[in-house]
Amino acid sequence: MVQSAISWAPSPDTGVDPLLASLMTFAWQSPSIDYHALAPLIIVAATMLVIIVVDAFTGESSRWTASSLAGIGLLASLIPIATLAYDGTSRVLFGGAFVVDAFSLLLSALFVVSAYVVILLSTNYIAEGDYWEGEYYQLILASVLGMMVMASARDLISIFVALELISIPAYMLAAWRKRDLKSNEAGMKYYLMGVFASAILLYGLSLIYGITGSTLLAEIGPKLGEAISSQPIVTLGIVFVIIGFAFKVSAVPFHMWAPDTYEGAPTPVTSFLAVASKAAGFVALLNIIFVGFYGRHDVFEPLMWVLAAITMTFGNLVALRQTNVVRMLAYSGIAQAGYILAPLAVAGVSLTAGGEALRAVVTYLLIYAAMNLGAFAVVIAVARKTRSGEITSFGGLFHYAPGLTVAMTIFLFALAGIPPAGGWFAKLEIFRALTSAGTTSGYVLAVLVGINSVIAFGYYGRLMRVMWMDEVPDGDRTPIRIPASILASLVITVGITMLVGILPSVLTHFTDPISLLSIGR
Amino acid sequence: MKDFLNSWGLSLAVFLPLIGALIMLLIPKAREGAHKVIALATSLVVGLLGVLLLTNFDYDQSGTLQFVVDKSWIPLINSRYIVGMDGISLPMIALTLLVVPLCIIYSWNHFPEPRNPKAFLILILILETGMIGSFISQDLILFFVFFEVVLLPMYFLIGVWGGEKRQYASLKFFLYTLFGSALMIVSFLALYFLSDMVNVGGVMMHTFDMRLLPELATGISTGAALWIFGGMFMGFGIKVPMFPFHTWLPDAHTQAPTVGSVILAAVLLKLGTYGFIRIAIPILPHAAEKWAPFIGVLAVVGIIYGALCCLAQTDMKRLIAFSSVSHMGFVMLAIASLTSFGMSAAIFGMVAHGLITGMLFFVAGSTKDRFHTLDIARLGGMLKQMPHMGWILGFSVMASLGLPGLAGFWGEFPAILSAYNPGGDLSVTFFRVLMVIAALGTVLAAAYLLWLYQRVGFGVPTAEFEDDPHIHDVTFTEWLAWTPMLILIVVLGVYPNLIFKVTDGAVGNIVGAISGHGG
Repeated sequence: MVQSAISWAPSPDTGVDPLLASLMTFAWQSPSIDYHALAPLIIVAATMLVIIVVDAFTGESSRWTASSLAGIGLLASLIPIATLAYDGTSRVLFGGAFVVDAFSLLLSALFVVSAYVVILLSTNYIAEGDYWEGEYYQLILASVLGMMVMASARDLISIFVALELISIPAYMLAAWRKRDLKSNEAGMKYYLMGVFASAILLYGLSLIYGITGSTLLAEIGPKLGEAISSQPIVTLGIVFVIIGFAFKVSAVPFHMWAPDTYEGAPTPVTSFLAVASKAAGFVALLNIIFVGFYGRHDVFEPLMWVLAAITMTFGNLVALRQTNVVRMLAYSGIAQAGYILAPLAVAGVSLTAGGEALRAVVTYLLIYAAMNLGAFAVVIAVARKTRSGEITSFGGLFHYAPGLTVAMTIFLFALAGIPPAGGWFAKLEIFRALTSAGTTSGYVLAVLVGINSVIAFGYYGRLMRVMWMDEVPDGDRTPIRIPASILASLVITVGITMLVGILPSVLTHFTDPISLLSIGR
Repeated sequence: MKDFLNSWGLSLAVFLPLIGALIMLLIPKAREGAHKVIALATSLVVGLLGVLLLTNFDYDQSGTLQFVVDKSWIPLINSRYIVGMDGISLPMIALTLLVVPLCIIYSWNHFPEPRNPKAFLILILILETGMIGSFISQDLILFFVFFEVVLLPMYFLIGVWGGEKRQYASLKFFLYTLFGSALMIVSFLALYFLSDMVNVGGVMMHTFDMRLLPELATGISTGAALWIFGGMFMGFGIKVPMFPFHTWLPDAHTQAPTVGSVILAAVLLKLGTYGFIRIAIPILPHAAEKWAPFIGVLAVVGIIYGALCCLAQTDMKRLIAFSSVSHMGFVMLAIASLTSFGMSAAIFGMVAHGLITGMLFFVAGSTKDRFHTLDIARLGGMLKQMPHMGWILGFSVMASLGLPGLAGFWGEFPAILSAYNPGGDLSVTFFRVLMVIAALGTVLAAAYLLWLYQRVGFGVPTAEFEDDPHIHDVTFTEWLAWTPMLILIVVLGVYPNLIFKVTDGAVGNIVGAISGHGG
């Protein structure tokens, strides 16, 4: 599969400078393009263009078409994803820089479905808020396109391009409420921190390229692992790259932008950043670590251990003190990022442990998307009535919106990792990956995750308490009218969360075949 | 019939309550009558199913699992849907199936504030699913899931329908248990990875199957086994609760609505002791041997400490809660003795404590309904004012302090006796010292319970309640809910073999691997 791609690339035996050789190769040989493999990307890109055209040539009255088109485009792109998955062969394009396999298809599906849910959440919010509609959906689609590229990218340059394609639309989306200072602050902060992270990442990537002479992860892997093992510059490059992505996934101490950005951005955009954008960061990290850096687990493991431990503990402790529900979810998301990072701290112990870690991270990302998007859906639905993001505004929700309360309870239990809501299986997979390594550091981290789950229930439980047990703050018990699109998103997210919780085999069916370790070490 | 029960009996018993709850979800909140009828009918059908299971159970083979269903669930990690019932789980299941309908009957006319029978009854049915599921699971992950499912409804029952400090109590209850179960699941996974593999369809895989693990886990090094047992000890010990992890219990019990207290005392606490008997000790017998003296000491400290706390209580419900700590100490002492006799005693103690303390909480709840206080100093003359209630309280108190002829005696006496001759390499002298201290605990138990009864039952009603028209004797629904429990307390007291006969064949499996376990 991928090995064929490596042999295709210029070999150093010829004595020609590898960079020059690769340039020559590219100049003469146009890659054969597998359109089936690219079909999901093409559909999303085409939808984006259609929206631009429709938006430009129709009047105010048909603005609503943008969200419908975006939704249809995303669902349509699921069709080639499904056929590719059914086909089952791994496809390698562009000399190994772009790979379509079980891993990338599963995560592309995740990005597409989460973006679809985000669009459902946005429909009323954006239309009622008097914001530009056509542009909004274009930018969401552009960002999703970047994510889908990211899932397949196996080359430093394509990873970087995908990252920027994800981030630049997101900077604009965060500042979408242009008359609100907080939203401006959100966009600005996100932008500055994001660019800073990109610079660090780029520096790290250039160091890696300088050492190995290749941008292909599949070539970087063996070179980093063997020949030049002890150079400090290798460590520096790896650390910089990981830190660059640590910003993206909001790992402590690189999380500072997240709470402010999440609070200021329009809530549907927040859900997009907290779920899809964060997952994309993790996907890049997985690609780079498992394909590129796997041989140097002596470097990335301790770093991941410390990042995971600080991230989950800090996120949970600070979340305890939040009074705004979106900020609370932001810090909860930081803590969850800590859990997701944890298996990477033992990924290099053995190939088995690596496989378990990869599956655990992917499983967590999938379940996390469903439960976190669901929680944001409830927040959006409730805020439509209360016009507030304070936790106290959820008081007595059970008395006038029992359905939303039950849904939120399911999501909170899922986030807390308590069966039968789906999150327990995600957390079990994390525990399993950590214990499968059989090392003391793995067990210690597992216990730390356990203790953190207890701390986390402090704030999840408090929100539940407010909803179920407190009085309605202003005594206004008129029921909440839930728009159809938000209802649909709730049905999807509750459905997935509960189904995975009761029958985890539905999910493991998809996560079982994924592997990035066929190359590397 | 037998075939049907074999393949569907236990699964139906677990999931029927959930189906009932789903039906209730679809009915509007205002139709309270319909909700009550559906909830009661569901629990009665499950109870009837339980009777069928009990009558079709092969009592000569109580050591082997029966009605076993073994189906694929999460193939990736080889966690399976395995359920079964043997002589150890049978009494627990029977207790659950009995207590739930009685609780629904008891609630019939007095739902605690803020009422909402729909939500209240749905939570009780979910609770029933979790409890039965825990007792029949034979797969560690399945067990863990049901063990946790129990938490949710109890959290809401305490938090929404509880007393004044309900929010504090419900969160404390939840966090304590969650902490224990987080360590427990890490232990389960360590056990999974360190034990030997089994052949699953040609592939060697680790397993969570509780039936196989005792054999597969023999290769685990002593050090690792001690740690794993320690994690389970935290998970189960907090649930029991053992001293010093008991502090959630008085708060939870005092604040919980009556029915919540009853279920908590009757069944939920038993999940902890059941976990020791079913999982921790059979799978890691040698680690258990190392831990046993420590558990024994904590058990005895719990007995004495709980009893002393009882003497200091001014609130009737809180007093009963602390008596739970003390009584569960006896159960844990019996378990720590690591003999098959001790295990039988522990199981009997669990059932007896469930019935008796459940009964005491029922009476306390009814007292609170009438007097709107449980302050012992303000109560008095119950025998004069409500003679039937007074006699029932007296009966339950006598049963609780271990009067021969009632169930409590067989819960306490064999437990103490089992420490006389502990199994394995446990120090005989050490356990005999524990036995003597535990025996002192029974004296204290008599003291605090009789003192409680004197203050509440005897004397004349205090001036403030003397002419209160709200105070009336036992009502019809109360009789209906209580009579089965009262009868069972007598029957088990007179004929304890009813349980010992069932457990006898099964307890040998628990301590089979411990050398020289005596009688």
